[in-house]
Amino acid sequence: MTIKTWWDFATPVTHTADMRRLSVDAASWARAAEELAAADAQLLALWAARSPTAEGFLLRAAFIGEGAGLILELSIADGDEPYPGLEPFFPAASRMQRATHDLWGLRSTDPDRRPWLRHASWAEDGFPLRDSAVVAAATPIRDGYRFVRVDGEGVHEIPVGPVHAGIIEPGHFRFSIVGEKVLRLEERLGYVHKGIERRFTDLPILEGHRLAARVSGDCAVAYAWAYCQALEGMVDLQLPARAVWLRALCLELERIANHLGDLGALGNDAGFAFGLAQFSRLKEHLLRTNEVAFAERYLFETIVPGGLRADLADSGVHALANFLAELAPQVQSLREIYDEHGGLRDRFLGAGHVAPELAARLGLIGFAGRASARGLDVRIDFPCAPYTELKPRRVMHTAGDVAARVAVRFDEVQESCRLCLHILQALPSSAHRVHCPQPAPATFGIGLIEGWRGPVFLALEAGASGAISRCHPHDPSWQNWPVLEHAIIGNIVPDFPLINKSFNLSYSGHDL
Amino acid sequence: MLKAIRKIVAGGIVTETAPPADPQLCVHTILQQRIRVLLGRALCIRHVDAGSCNGCELEIQALNNPIYNIEGLGIKFVASPRHADMLLVTGPVTLNMRAALQRTYEAMPDPKIVVAAGDCGCTGGIFGESYASCGRVSNVIAVNVAIPGCPPSPLRILQGILAAIT
Repeated sequence: MTIKTWWDFATPVTHTADMRRLSVDAASWARAAEELAAADAQLLALWAARSPTAEGFLLRAAFIGEGAGLILELSIADGDEPYPGLEPFFPAASRMQRATHDLWGLRSTDPDRRPWLRHASWAEDGFPLRDSAVVAAATPIRDGYRFVRVDGEGVHEIPVGPVHAGIIEPGHFRFSIVGEKVLRLEERLGYVHKGIERRFTDLPILEGHRLAARVSGDCAVAYAWAYCQALEGMVDLQLPARAVWLRALCLELERIANHLGDLGALGNDAGFAFGLAQFSRLKEHLLRTNEVAFAERYLFETIVPGGLRADLADSGVHALANFLAELAPQVQSLREIYDEHGGLRDRFLGAGHVAPELAARLGLIGFAGRASARGLDVRIDFPCAPYTELKPRRVMHTAGDVAARVAVRFDEVQESCRLCLHILQALPSSAHRVHCPQPAPATFGIGLIEGWRGPVFLALEAGASGAISRCHPHDPSWQNWPVLEHAIIGNIVPDFPLINKSFNLSYSGHDL
Repeated sequence: MLKAIRKIVAGGIVTETAPPADPQLCVHTILQQRIRVLLGRALCIRHVDAGSCNGCELEIQALNNPIYNIEGLGIKFVASPRHADMLLVTGPVTLNMRAALQRTYEAMPDPKIVVAAGDCGCTGGIFGESYASCGRVSNVIAVNVAIPGCPPSPLRILQGILAAIT
């Protein structure tokens, strides 16, 4: 059985050719998941919503494989038995199910019943997405989170965070170690949970893209585009060619900026400060060129429903083209320096290894997946316009270590430079924006965009009179955080910052 | 190694002149003469992300690039609050980070300065106050300098930091 077999029974999501939805009962929910896992489908997201017709709730899980997408929908009413957890087939589902319980009060059969996003901020019996009356606890409730203990002679724990020693996001890491060697890492996230999903329901649906861009700031373009794609699908809006070409330009610029930042930081984490100085200088020049072209360094406000906020002027086209034509050879010369540097090779090769089999079992996704032979790239396998025409080349490595994740970034910078230069040269001349009407109540749309970190998925449902009844943004970090716990096993503690950086996962995008 | 050295020489010094301090960013002037005498321009900053979307972090990190070269001004980011004179806070303060932020603040030696960077830190921003968010930083700890922007540019952040010690 493959995803296509289930797909044949399913109905298309409005105006989204390759994504279908299928209502299932609890038995089929589990059986479909098992078969999809056997067919090497990828779990994209798992989330709940209020049922638009009946009293209860809808639990949804989105999968992708063989160029087809499938959303399973399971109806759940209060007082029902726990629904079948998907974690036996898709281990990444476990945290999504725990979060779904924290926010909705829906329980799965997953034996791990610890809270995930709820720390001690609101009462245990309050479910903030189900009940708008749930408010913050006035005083912190004592939070006895049970980490898994590793016993044995000489084993001890190092707790790290939530405040980390750097300019980075907060999270807690619990290392169980012997000497310097890591036996086990357990992550605890949720520190930057700021109620994004409930906040969406306060906003008009035509303004939700601004919040979407701030789900994870380093993926602002990917999220804003995914949001707009969902919205535009709901009203069957055809965008002018120039609008989608410019969006792709923005997305590739975002990919380049983040990869440049990471390549510098990875050099620095391996003791090669030269790399940080060089790459951060290039990144700064890119951001300044963005400001010339789009009037902002990070493109938080550029993607809007119906197209782009403002057209790209000829001066912007020239500035970007000149910069990118220079950038590609500069990055290539830095790559040669990285490749020839013995100290970097020593730190990168073999560190944080994720074998392709493990990556497949755990569902590693995005550029980190492409460093472990997981080829999925939404731009190629599930393309929207203009990627159907642009035809990006797939970047893939198989070694699965820090060196491979560095190599994927180098390759993708070159490929994105090529795509950007092509876009700038062949930019269609049409309107950059069309009017986007308000969707009818209860319409449902999805967005799926290959952000620099991996596929950004977003599900949107319209409420009455231009409101949002439900918006679930899903970051690829949900899938990849658990893999980091495996990647570090057997490595030494001082290599953790390097290995962690080689994945560079989002806390905000995950914690919501 | 020769290639790297050639690159360093060819790149030259790219550091730009620092912007002037912007005193208008000071919201709560408790900055005693004592701080200025103690610190001069040698300032140590501890950054805490209390709930940010990570956009502000990207711009704060940029202060360390060779173009802004904040260390060239005698200002550096430190890993421990015990070593810090200034607490630079981003994001709305989430309920889940409230205690960590307070404890970081309390762990800093006196006298200390708090700077809130970004619209979220200044007002709660687009996230506001909710079951999970306390909103702006000053709802949790006293703030001396507030730097608006979403995200504020590195230049604005630098102007705010300099305003706190000028």
